[in-house]
Amino acid sequence: MRADLAIISDWIEPHSRVLDLGCGDGTLLAHLQSARDVRGYGLEIDQEKILACIRAGVCVIHADLEAGLRDFADQSFDYVIMTQTLQAVQHTERLLEEMLRVGREGIVTFPNFGHWRCRLQLGGSGTMPVVKALPHAWYNTPNIHLFTIHDFEELCQRKRIEIRHRTVVDTNHRGSPQLRLLPNLLAELALYRLRQHP
Amino acid sequence: MDSVGIVTPEKLAFEIPITLDCGRALPRFDLMVETYGTLNATASNAVLICHALSSDHHAAGYHAASDRKPGWWDVMIGPGKPIDTRQFFVVCCNNIGGCKGSTGPTSIDPESGERYGPDFPIVTVRDWVRSQALLADRLGIQRWAAVAGGSLGGMQALQWAIDYPERIDHAIVIAAAPRLSAQNIAFNEVARQAIRSDPEFHEGRYYQHDTLPRRGLMLARMLGHITYLSDESMGSKFGRALREGKLGYNFDSEFQVESYLRYQGQSFVDRFDANTYLLITKTLDYFDPAADFGHDLAAACRQASARFLVVSFTSDWRFSPERSREIVQALVAADRAVTYGEIHADQGHDSFLMPIADYLHTVDAYFDRIHQEIESDAR
Repeated sequence: MRADLAIISDWIEPHSRVLDLGCGDGTLLAHLQSARDVRGYGLEIDQEKILACIRAGVCVIHADLEAGLRDFADQSFDYVIMTQTLQAVQHTERLLEEMLRVGREGIVTFPNFGHWRCRLQLGGSGTMPVVKALPHAWYNTPNIHLFTIHDFEELCQRKRIEIRHRTVVDTNHRGSPQLRLLPNLLAELALYRLRQHP
Repeated sequence: MDSVGIVTPEKLAFEIPITLDCGRALPRFDLMVETYGTLNATASNAVLICHALSSDHHAAGYHAASDRKPGWWDVMIGPGKPIDTRQFFVVCCNNIGGCKGSTGPTSIDPESGERYGPDFPIVTVRDWVRSQALLADRLGIQRWAAVAGGSLGGMQALQWAIDYPERIDHAIVIAAAPRLSAQNIAFNEVARQAIRSDPEFHEGRYYQHDTLPRRGLMLARMLGHITYLSDESMGSKFGRALREGKLGYNFDSEFQVESYLRYQGQSFVDRFDANTYLLITKTLDYFDPAADFGHDLAAACRQASARFLVVSFTSDWRFSPERSREIVQALVAADRAVTYGEIHADQGHDSFLMPIADYLHTVDAYFDRIHQEIESDAR
């Protein structure tokens, strides 16, 4: 399983109710169902991935995240999770609001565009970075909103979103003391637990 | 070979009275039933198929080698098909009030010795589900692995999950709605008026007059048929094509779409009973499972313990994706397991009968999962 999914799994209380936005092939939910006994739904738009979810025994709902989460009531889930999806949506800010409206806690992971490799490629060769966490070329990438850890935390502050916890990992998906000192430079992936202040 | 082949329906007699939602009772009733596949030793692989307005018990295969068309859901049911008859025991019955062998307006009322005709009681989806539960008892099926249907058939699957939570593992609700909209009811009312205003209708006693309200039923079917198709599918199938290649400046059937609709209407008259048509449009109008729970669909869904597959089609404007999403939303609010597929298709409401790859793959994957559950429970 992807390292970020393993970390998230440790954060989830057993028997909770989970909504996974952009759930892909259902790996995380299938794992949470068996390891944490959660009840959950995944939202997905890609037909092949929907079929993979059905085969994995995951409840998947065909949905376009860009349209928001209007079919879901306020605070109706313990966790709303979005793993490496926020950078790929058009209405980033609105989706963040929506996830914290529907979920008592939001879990967000994203590739950190402030990572030194990204900076080196953009600053050094003057080209858009192509790195492990962001492997696409600028002209065919699904990742249309690239942002750094600083950018994200600034947005959270502006929107009165409480950062309950942050974990950052390097390219090998491990943490280290240096990483904690210079997360925006050394972290490849950032994982957050969020809550909306009233 | 992916067909169930030649099949023979069977008429099962139920010599017990059944009380209906309208307060009246049928002293006895028959159900015309078709089955495909084999019931396993623990009776855990049974699937009930529920039919829509104008279809019947003949869901798959052929009645004779000379049949031009197979049963109405042959794309879905058969060996190697999504509802795989090598794995499942599939049951489909003509519902009460129907005209294909089950007790309905064309049957003889044992009390009067005459055909029921317009005196046949109006039946509801709940009544059908109750009669299907009696059928399950007869077949030795305590619990359905799944109840599945499209349109009005999907409504029966939903009602099953609400009324008999302990007797259904999965509900497959396709191209349905949790209740009809005013527009849906309006279309049904025009269809009913078309039939009832036909001079040959004779207040529904046309059998005694040895006639049929042909024009009325034909009009009703033509109107209904428009709502089953989409603007896109009619456009691509007929466009503005003319039968003679030029305008005739008269009221003959000039455009291809006109002759198609007339053909659909005329052929329907020969195979369907007008009183049954009237009755089942009422069944549709009355369907509203939330009404029993303070008009709260989530509360109705909380009765259910089945897991759901809900499917809709993008071009369906009779029961649009929004209507299916109402069901999904209620199930999520009720904390019930639901998977929802919104299939891109141009064929309108009729898509649920069509071999659309994404649709068949979705149902196929879902039934594979059901089959695996049955297998692992058996171990």
